[in-house]
Amino acid sequence: MMTKNSPRSDLLMLVLFSAAILTMPIWLAPVGAGYPDLLQKFAIFGLFALGFNLLFGLTGYLSFGHAAFLGIGSYAAVWSFKLLGMNPLPALLFSVVFSSLFAVAIGYISLRRSGIYFSILTLAFAQMSYNLAYSVLTPITNGETGLRVLQSDPRLFDSSSEASGPLISNLFGIEMTGYSGFYFCAVLLIVGFYISQRIFRSPFGMMLRAVKSNQNRMSYTGLNTRPYTLTAFVISGMFAGVAGSLLAVTDPLAGAERMQWTASGEVVLMTILGGAGTLLGPILGAGLIKYFENIFSAYNEQTLHAIFSFLPDFMEGPVVSLASLFVGEGWHLTLGLLFMVIVIFLPGGIMEGFNRITKMFRRKSSRVGKGTGHSHFPASANAAE
Amino acid sequence: MDAIVLQILNGLDKGGAYALIALGLTLIFGTLGVVNFAHGALFMLGAFCAVAFNKLIGLEQVVVDPTKTTAWGTPLETRVPYIEVWLGDTGTTMLNYSVPLSIAFAIPVMLLAGYVMERGLIRHFYKRPHAEQILVTFGLAIVLQEIIKTYFGANPIPQSAPDMVRGAMDLGVMLGFDPGTVVYPQWRIVYLFFSLSVIGGVFAFLQFTTFGMVVRAGMADRETVGLLGINIERRFTLVFAVAAVVAGLAGVMYTPILPPDYHMGMDFLVLSFVVVVVGGMGSLPGAVSAGFLLGILQSFASMNEVKTILPGIDQIIIYLVAVIILLVRPRGLMGRKGVMET
Repeated sequence: MMTKNSPRSDLLMLVLFSAAILTMPIWLAPVGAGYPDLLQKFAIFGLFALGFNLLFGLTGYLSFGHAAFLGIGSYAAVWSFKLLGMNPLPALLFSVVFSSLFAVAIGYISLRRSGIYFSILTLAFAQMSYNLAYSVLTPITNGETGLRVLQSDPRLFDSSSEASGPLISNLFGIEMTGYSGFYFCAVLLIVGFYISQRIFRSPFGMMLRAVKSNQNRMSYTGLNTRPYTLTAFVISGMFAGVAGSLLAVTDPLAGAERMQWTASGEVVLMTILGGAGTLLGPILGAGLIKYFENIFSAYNEQTLHAIFSFLPDFMEGPVVSLASLFVGEGWHLTLGLLFMVIVIFLPGGIMEGFNRITKMFRRKSSRVGKGTGHSHFPASANAAE
Repeated sequence: MDAIVLQILNGLDKGGAYALIALGLTLIFGTLGVVNFAHGALFMLGAFCAVAFNKLIGLEQVVVDPTKTTAWGTPLETRVPYIEVWLGDTGTTMLNYSVPLSIAFAIPVMLLAGYVMERGLIRHFYKRPHAEQILVTFGLAIVLQEIIKTYFGANPIPQSAPDMVRGAMDLGVMLGFDPGTVVYPQWRIVYLFFSLSVIGGVFAFLQFTTFGMVVRAGMADRETVGLLGINIERRFTLVFAVAAVVAGLAGVMYTPILPPDYHMGMDFLVLSFVVVVVGGMGSLPGAVSAGFLLGILQSFASMNEVKTILPGIDQIIIYLVAVIILLVRPRGLMGRKGVMET
């Protein structure tokens, strides 16, 4: 249903979203996530998931090789640092150009098939890139060690005074670490969000949704869907490329493991968890996964004992040993279980859960006869397609 | 010539593993219509059945002899596996043959695992889109491998083949080449024959039993079989369990070739999926032949002569073949017409 998506509510949503993202260091501090490294990850993976959602959420094409573009973006950015100096802007440009070139090539071939075959094709391409980056392309990718910027690199436009300093990316003198790094990523995330919002509302986005609901019918009406899906694929690849380049901007290093198919699986997970096909869902999913990854994997036996110390002694031991399966090293177990639960019970992700709650709330309030008109979750109401 | 024979042999044992996993995958897809991303995890589970069995029968009795001391001055401890204490020489032989013996242990375990998986989870996903099936089984695979990691640790655990077939064998002499040209580990030959016989067993089961006939009919037209009053769902549960056993056995016997670790399943899964797609979704002969074909192609691509001409080809050959096949032959090598062609 495409009701009440007026330009005004979109603008409101964008403003609210920007405000929420930019004030993240403040409102995330109480839950222990207010430090720059994690915030940067939120923004970067939010952008990655946002791009993935443009493909999967709108067209329904499940790409299992999206991490390839992340890796390509990272490599392109590091090469830009090596050749042109530590400014992030040319790095971003490089990443966008390279990731979109690869996306055009891979998408052109993969999109000839749909369904599971498309997933396998993208997976095959990602695995090829990963394997090649590890083996033959070592002169370009530096293989297992990972590509990093060296003091001896040309770095044409860097001033000579920096020659001895640490190699940190900087935007005209602002070092891209800590909070300034976060704000750089956050601005790009907001730009990405704006683009994604415009695509969602455009006739182009409508066309992509039509592809998702029934591609055959689209073809029967005499419309060639390939250019639309390819455009979506390339845009989505560019988002991944930018995310990859931001990873390199905040930490000038690129490794092949970023392209591995587990990384592709991770972005699928983020999108599904938040809610595929919604605007805010993927960002929410990315944030939640990165947050819990950080929190849960830091837990160990001692912290658990401290948490469960209120229990009587005979219960504390078993409870702690049970809980320790799910934290620290076992964080992936929690992730897998969470993922299964979401897919089984809430295929629409967290945003669907929000919508269900809002609907329940609305029904109650309308029965009383005082429909408030607006839900407590304006964003989710807008995103409900 | 001898080099070519050697490469074919090299490809065959890996191809055997691919073929066994792909056979189960395509069986599940053909009958249940489910894309099972947890199939690699079943392969891994099978491998860890061998590890667990080996640990189980290798439990040691510790006898402390206070009269003797070791070189460090501590009382001498002698460790003897219980099974040797109880059964004598038979026990020693059992320890030696722990990998083949664990087949007997793995079959019930894998049957149970397959049954529980199908009844508990997969059953609810028949009607859901493929994307959701992929996602939920992917989640299940993560859960399974993390559980294994918790109990067995993250490091590979080497298993040894029985003494009798541990060495290498000079196959070249038998085939009329010079001695020492085609030398091949015996266990890999055992594995090849094992996988061939399991494949033969599955085909015979489907071809010559009434049960198999119903399953084949169900693969061809599920609805009609249901209309004839046959409870196809119950049979499909067993098919899933059989597929799990096949993957598990592939894992058990593969342990002496590749020390099992918790993520071996994922590594094999991606390749096996490619194998299934190349062979044609839902085609059993396709899966088997594509398995061996890709195994052999991979070993040829890793020959030095080939690598000097096309560097890196050994890393990507399987994926490259998959891409080409998918584009020029939409239903794979032996896929049925009209099944999953778009």
